Amino acid sequence: MAQSGRREPAPAGDICAHRRCTLGYSFRDATLIPHLALPHPGRTAVRMNATSGHHVLPVSRLGDLFSALRSAGWNLAGPRIRDGAIVYDELETAADLPAGWTDEQAPGKYGLKKRGDGALFGYVVGPHSWKKYLFPPTVRMWSATKTADGMEVEVPQPAAPPTAFIGVRACELAAIAVQDKVFLGSGFVDPVYKARRDNIFLVAVNCGQAGGTCFCSSMNTGPKARGGFDIALTEILEDGHRFLLESGSERGERLVALLAAPAASDADRSAADAAVARAVSMMGRTMETSGVKELLQRNYEHPRWDHVAARCLACTNCTMVCPTCFCSTVEDVPNLSLDRSDHVRTWDSCFTSDFSYIHGGSVRPSVKSRYRQWMVHKLSTWHDQFASSGCVGCGRCITWCPTGIDITEEVREIRASDGANT
Amino acid sequence: METRADAGVLAPEFLRVTGRRKELADTWTLELEPRAEFPFRPGQFNMVYVFGFGEVAISISGDPAAPGKLVHTVRAVGKLTTALCASKAGAQLGIRGPFGTSWPVDEAAGGDVVLVAGGLGLAPLRPAVYRILAEREKFGRVTLLYGARSPETVLYRAELRRWARAGIDVRVTVDAADARWRGNVGVVTRLIDQAAVTAGATAAFVCGPEIMMRFAVSSLTQRGIPTDRISVSMERNMKCAVGFCGHCQYGPEFICRDGPVFPFRRIEHLFRIREL
Repeated sequence: MAQSGRREPAPAGDICAHRRCTLGYSFRDATLIPHLALPHPGRTAVRMNATSGHHVLPVSRLGDLFSALRSAGWNLAGPRIRDGAIVYDELETAADLPAGWTDEQAPGKYGLKKRGDGALFGYVVGPHSWKKYLFPPTVRMWSATKTADGMEVEVPQPAAPPTAFIGVRACELAAIAVQDKVFLGSGFVDPVYKARRDNIFLVAVNCGQAGGTCFCSSMNTGPKARGGFDIALTEILEDGHRFLLESGSERGERLVALLAAPAASDADRSAADAAVARAVSMMGRTMETSGVKELLQRNYEHPRWDHVAARCLACTNCTMVCPTCFCSTVEDVPNLSLDRSDHVRTWDSCFTSDFSYIHGGSVRPSVKSRYRQWMVHKLSTWHDQFASSGCVGCGRCITWCPTGIDITEEVREIRASDGANT
Repeated sequence: METRADAGVLAPEFLRVTGRRKELADTWTLELEPRAEFPFRPGQFNMVYVFGFGEVAISISGDPAAPGKLVHTVRAVGKLTTALCASKAGAQLGIRGPFGTSWPVDEAAGGDVVLVAGGLGLAPLRPAVYRILAEREKFGRVTLLYGARSPETVLYRAELRRWARAGIDVRVTVDAADARWRGNVGVVTRLIDQAAVTAGATAAFVCGPEIMMRFAVSSLTQRGIPTDRISVSMERNMKCAVGFCGHCQYGPEFICRDGPVFPFRRIEHLFRIREL
């Protein structure tokens, strides 16, 4: 492991006790270590002033950032290639990143191709989102066990491995903020989400390009991360492959300090700005959001819903890849001796007929009503429920729709014939 | 709203069934014994867990003035509710709750009250009836209009008579009956036309199938009762009861949290939309 950064040998008796710290070193500042860490930036981060956070790190030293995080006890998760797609998975080193690869995205289409340079983050978002870590697809909520004198409920301590998310895009930070409102900020607190959310370190990456289905500019969520991260990187490819580092929290600033990265020059800063500007100019899709909340709620009977229903397979792909979709169901899984039953929560989708089943049948038997539920919720009633849009403009639902249904196009069509009635 | 991070929000507590009473061919009332008092407001519901089957949202149908006892009336419709109805005294059921909004009984004091129930919709209204009867003098004319499918499916039959004697104008109708039935035949909205339902300070509580509630609300508004004085109880699939699972969404509303009891005015614009 690279021994870089400003780590100092630990004074006697100050060896870090965390299981991941095997080097016999201790950071001067224990708050970098997850089990001693400050609460996550989403709620208590102290925003840095603009001049304090900008440093520059050559690409050859990105591994030092990874090492520093790992030494501080964080597992690393980030983009890597699997099965022909860029997914989020465990990372060991910076060499696991999809160097030199990019993605091509269009409605119903996704593919990887070589870029011709060594960019490490030269693509946008794939089928995975960070919600798989914060809101796991399958989780045992509790178990009931038969005992001599009745029943016992066991609630597992939520597993929350300290994880540094590497390469979180601005739209994804926005998505995490949206799910924070759902699981932490609406009266009840989901213990599973909370435990995991409290134990992450966020390394954002500002996008230097946009994909064919991206529309974060329209949703005002990106392509530059404006907050809610510990560190934000901007990859600069011209005149020396390097990263601009910006801290977004105290612990992010401390980590940057450990790297002893030189302060960014004006040239570095303008190159980073140019990268973000390039992403803005490449944005593959746009959505006019003004008044969209009211637009959709007054067009529940619009003929466009029939049009989309004719193309929608109700496959649930859009809800699975969506970084904000939060619906779940539960299943009881008894053991064979019938003395214990696990109550297991799994992701669910409003596109199934079972989703709205009550005695007597489904409330939404038609695909039309299910697509309408999803889209009106995402862009409109979400505002009523959580005071924000449920859409962050990541474009996943467009890319991963097997028939290429494009939410931006659906909004455009309804707006074009506002008030039409079936 | 108070923030609850305790695991109890999502995990049930097991309570012992102390009584089971057959109401109808497929409908049972279960009595459970809470460890401590189980306070609730009329119209609220619990998530009831049957070992190995899962949870289902069931309204509380007991007396809010007797929190030492938890009462649920359940119709056996699917596997889970069939198992639930088969729970005999001594069995243990998991309970989470109470959840949701309630009938505005206290706000109705000083005026007339009309309760309109369809089918099993009488069960979530029963706590409101108990509450009204506990302080009957605080209310003006109280009318209970109840429609069942047939004479055999009239729920709480003995109690209906008792309530009539205790100062409630109880009227029952059935959709269809043979010659032995000497009561009303027809939809429950006809009772609204029969009964002395007048506008003024009248509050209406309506619970039943959505189609029945639509016609009932329409009749009540024709009588001059404003839609903000009419409360309805909505029902949707529910998995969590705390706004996480998404199943009970009804336009912008989460029925588990914003409902199940709504002032009709609040959801009036949604009510006419099919497959919402």
